[in-house]
Amino acid sequence: MNQTPDYIQELRSKFPILKTEVHGKALVYFDNAATTQKPLEVIERVQSYYNSENANIHRGVHHLSQVATQDYEDARKLIQNYIGAGKESEIIFTKGTTDSINLVASSFGGLLQEDDEILISAMEHHSNIVPWQLIARKNKLTLKVIPINRNGELDMETFETMVSEKTKIISITHISNTLGTINPIKDIIKKAHSFGAKVLIDGAQSIQHGKINVSDLDCDFFVFSGHKIFGPTGIGVLYGKEELLELMPPYQGGGDMIKRVSFKETTFNELPFKFEAGTPNIVGGIALGTAIKFLKSIDTKQAFSYEKRLLNYAEEELKKIDEMTLIGTAAEKTSLVSFNVGKIHPFDIGTLLDKQGIAVRTGHHCTQPLMDFFNIPGTLRASFAFYNTIEEVDVFINALKRSLSILK
Amino acid sequence: MSTFIEKQEAIIEDFELFDDWMEKYEMIIDLGKEIRSIPENKRSDDQLIHGCQSRVWLRTEYKESAMYFFADSDAIITKGIIALLIKVFDGEKPETIVKEDLFFIKQIGLQEHLSPTRANGLVGMVKRMKMEALKHV
Repeated sequence: MNQTPDYIQELRSKFPILKTEVHGKALVYFDNAATTQKPLEVIERVQSYYNSENANIHRGVHHLSQVATQDYEDARKLIQNYIGAGKESEIIFTKGTTDSINLVASSFGGLLQEDDEILISAMEHHSNIVPWQLIARKNKLTLKVIPINRNGELDMETFETMVSEKTKIISITHISNTLGTINPIKDIIKKAHSFGAKVLIDGAQSIQHGKINVSDLDCDFFVFSGHKIFGPTGIGVLYGKEELLELMPPYQGGGDMIKRVSFKETTFNELPFKFEAGTPNIVGGIALGTAIKFLKSIDTKQAFSYEKRLLNYAEEELKKIDEMTLIGTAAEKTSLVSFNVGKIHPFDIGTLLDKQGIAVRTGHHCTQPLMDFFNIPGTLRASFAFYNTIEEVDVFINALKRSLSILK
Repeated sequence: MSTFIEKQEAIIEDFELFDDWMEKYEMIIDLGKEIRSIPENKRSDDQLIHGCQSRVWLRTEYKESAMYFFADSDAIITKGIIALLIKVFDGEKPETIVKEDLFFIKQIGLQEHLSPTRANGLVGMVKRMKMEALKHV
C-alpha cells in the first residue's frame, strides 16, 4: 500500500519542476489547489508558439496569423470536447475563473431586477462572492447564502427551503478550495431548474480532479482556470449555454467582439467572440489545449483514484498527531487536507515547512467568511495532484513533526 | 551602548552561528519571547499592523528623545521577527529610525519576508515603526 505505483512515477517524470530543490531540500509541492505544475509538453508548446507561430489572430491574411488562429480555435474545440459542451461557440476564453464569474455576474446579473435573488454558499471563494455583491448592490438584488455544517458540507435541507421563483441564479463551487468538500451539484442544478433558476458551477478546483461533462450536469455556466489543469496562467474558460450567452450583453468592448462599428451604432460579433474583446491570451489558449491533450493521453481514471489514496494516507497520518484538527471532514472530499494544530498559527508551521522544502498554503485561502464560521485565523492546506508520491507525504509528515517540536 | 550599526552587526554575527534554517528560526522564536509584549486585554485594533497573515500589535513610547516599542503577534515567528526589529530600533532617536539603513534583514537572509507577498508583514512592521518615529522628528 505505502508505495508510489510505477505509473505515477512515470507521470511525475513529465513535470520538470518537480525535480527542483528548495533551500537545499527536494521540493515537495503540495499547493496544487493554488496552481498545478506544467508537463514538459505544455512548457515546450509556449516556446514553440513564440519561436514559430506568433501573430495576432482572427484578422490577419498572412500565413502566421492563419496558423495561430487555427491553433487557438483548435484549442477551443479540444476544450469543448473535453468538458462535453454541445458547441464551440459555448466556450468563451477568459483570463481565468475570477474573470469568468465577473463576466456572468455583470452580463447575466445585469439582466436581473430588484428583489431577484442570487444564491451562493458559505464555502465560496471570494471570487464567487464579491462579483455577486457588486451586481446585487447595483441592481438591488438579494444575495442569499446557503449554510454549511461543521463538517463543511452544504446544509441541503435549508437549501431546499431557500430556492423559490425569486431565485434567478445559483452560483456555487463544485469543490471547496479550503475544505475539499465535493458538493452535490447535480441535485442543486435539478432543484434550481425546477424553479427556472440558472446555475453557475465554479469548477476551479474540480477541473483537475475529475472528468467534467457539462451536458450531463446540465449546468448553465461552468467556469475554470487553465493554470489549475496543468496549463498556463492567465487563461480560463467560461462555458455557457448558447441561449443564455445570446441573451447576455457584451461584458467588455473593443476589438474582436464587434461586427461593425460606427459612431452612431455598433453591432456585436457572434458567439464566442462577442465576449472576447481585445487581443486574447493566444499562447495561453493554445497551451491550455496542449494541457488537455496531455490529460487525454494519460489514464486519468487511474490517476484520479490514486489521488484519493494520497488523501486517505495523509489524513490517516495527520490524525496521529496530537491536537490535530482537520478542517473539512465532508463525506465526499477531494485530495486536499486543511488543518490546524492546537493553537499554533498556520503561518508559523508554513514558514518552517517551507524551509524544509515543502510548499503548502497557509492563511484564509480567500475564504474569510468560512474562517469566521470555524472561528479560526486560517488553516494549513496541503493539496495533492496525481504527480505527488506517497513518500512525499511521509517527508511532509516528518517535516511537520519537526516544525511542531520547535513551535510547541 | 551599541550604535544602530553595531546592533545590526551583532544580529548578523548571531545568525552566522547557524547553518540550518530551522535553528535560525528557533533563535528568532526565542527572541520573540524576550520582548515587552502586549497582554491580550491591552491589545486594540488601532495597534494592528495590516498586511500580515498573522496579527501583529505594536505600541510605541517616546521617552527622553528616544523610541521604545511593545509588540505582540498570534504567530510566534512573526513575533520573533518583530523582536529583531525592536532589538535594533529600541532606544534610538526617531531621526535614526526614520533615516538610517536597515541592512541586517538582507544580510541574515530574511529578505524573503520583505517580498510583497501577502503572507508576511515585515514591510508593514518596518513602515509602521518608521511612521511612529516620524511623529517625533
